[in-house]
Amino acid sequence: MLDGDYGRAAQKAMQILVALGKIYGAERMIPVSSVQIAGVSYDNLGEAGLQFLDEMAQGGGRARVLTTLNPAGMDTENWQVLGISPEFAERQQKVIDAFARMGVMTTCTCTPYLVGNLPHFGEHIAWAESSAVCYANAVLGARTNREGGPSALAAALTGVTPDYGFHQDKDRLPDATVQVDATVVENDDFGALGKAAGEALRKGGFSVPYIAGLEGASVENLKSLCASLATYGGIALFHMPGITPEAAGLAPPGKVITISQGDLDLVRQSMNDAQIGEVDFVSLGCPHLSIREIARIAELLEGKRVTKEFWITTARPTKQIADRLGYTEMIEAAGAKFAADTCCVVAPIKGRFQAMATDSAKACYYAYAKNGFRTFLLPFDQVVEAALR
Amino acid sequence: MRLQGRTIYAGIAEGEALVTGMGISFFGGVDPETGIVVERGHELEGQCISGKVLVFPSGKGSTVGSYTLYRLKHAGLAPAAIVNAECETITAVGCIIAEIPCVDQVPLDALLSGMKLRVDGEQGCIMAEDHR
Repeated sequence: MLDGDYGRAAQKAMQILVALGKIYGAERMIPVSSVQIAGVSYDNLGEAGLQFLDEMAQGGGRARVLTTLNPAGMDTENWQVLGISPEFAERQQKVIDAFARMGVMTTCTCTPYLVGNLPHFGEHIAWAESSAVCYANAVLGARTNREGGPSALAAALTGVTPDYGFHQDKDRLPDATVQVDATVVENDDFGALGKAAGEALRKGGFSVPYIAGLEGASVENLKSLCASLATYGGIALFHMPGITPEAAGLAPPGKVITISQGDLDLVRQSMNDAQIGEVDFVSLGCPHLSIREIARIAELLEGKRVTKEFWITTARPTKQIADRLGYTEMIEAAGAKFAADTCCVVAPIKGRFQAMATDSAKACYYAYAKNGFRTFLLPFDQVVEAALR
Repeated sequence: MRLQGRTIYAGIAEGEALVTGMGISFFGGVDPETGIVVERGHELEGQCISGKVLVFPSGKGSTVGSYTLYRLKHAGLAPAAIVNAECETITAVGCIIAEIPCVDQVPLDALLSGMKLRVDGEQGCIMAEDHR
């Protein structure tokens, strides 16, 4: 591949992987069975990113393993309703088309594990999208480094990745214990925990926490925690006794970071810089909603009418289940908007709103840093109520 | 003076050195339309990296920075070559997709802005003129 026998795109892809292998001291390449590519929104890629993807598609690039895509900058079917410009839509569609030409499944979601890209325990994969990387490593027990857009694409086009970091047993061991002495029940609690723990871990130079003190966590809670730990702490793997598969048999490390109720209240305050009356944008689905969460929204909105711009962000296949079950109709009848294939983090909505209500700590970070919104972090049901207020 | 390092991306280029002891974030830190460093408080703030042999310890910031190097290259504004103490993913991927010669693991303290440098990505080394 390095000699160009498999075409120019595969050659470039292999050059990227060889360079990364050299930088991180990998001794060999290993096969991967699944890839998740980030860098899909035209808002982040720009014209240069599109040009590069076009060049790779023209150069004969072809995905050799199951490969799915991160959210795009718009709902590919419903972009007009979300206020996306036709110019942006045209460039965004070109990005998606370039991936499609390379045989990538254009699912456009940050939760590929909910819609068919689901690796098993111990499987070597190459994923980008920091929240999904953390979910795959920690919750599923698959093995991936935190890939960027081009390195994940390179793995897709070659079917291999350099063997270093989280692919190896030695780098998967915990280096600090996070002892949780607080009530952590809802998605927003898990998000607040992810921020408090993530920031403390980063400060201490730790990378793989052993999180103790939690009694249980749903899939939805875990995706919220993963997103927040990755955003605020750069964490790509954690262990949680009784919940994640590699925790059994691991001893809690001696370095202990305790997270108290007071710590959680403090980080929650840091994400609540808006008053509830100022909220003019409501968003659920960071990471993308599960069908269980959509069912709950439908239940809460039935027969009511929202008063704010309310985006429900999810994967297209999850929305299709909602369509079939009648949830979409109930939600749209209440005036809320589905934004499939995209989310409030990657859509081009900078400056469009004053203040956003959400149950996602990750969404709070990007709403402020990227889009200039103030934020209000609430439990899931109360976010829906904020849209009705 | 010949400094032996490690090839990140092959190719040979010459140019005037632009040296900083600070990390560079290509995404947000360099204006893709002009090649000028715009990061507030950066040693190179206001200086143009185009056509230079850009010497810095390591990259930092968003992985989208790789595409900034690609964009600079297509606009004819890319550095002629990049020299790092320790190259990381963003700079390495950027150099490969933009085809910018890149060498790392070179002692940077011997290099000064304004020197004429020849970066040999084939041999993984740097030649610098000896007079200052």
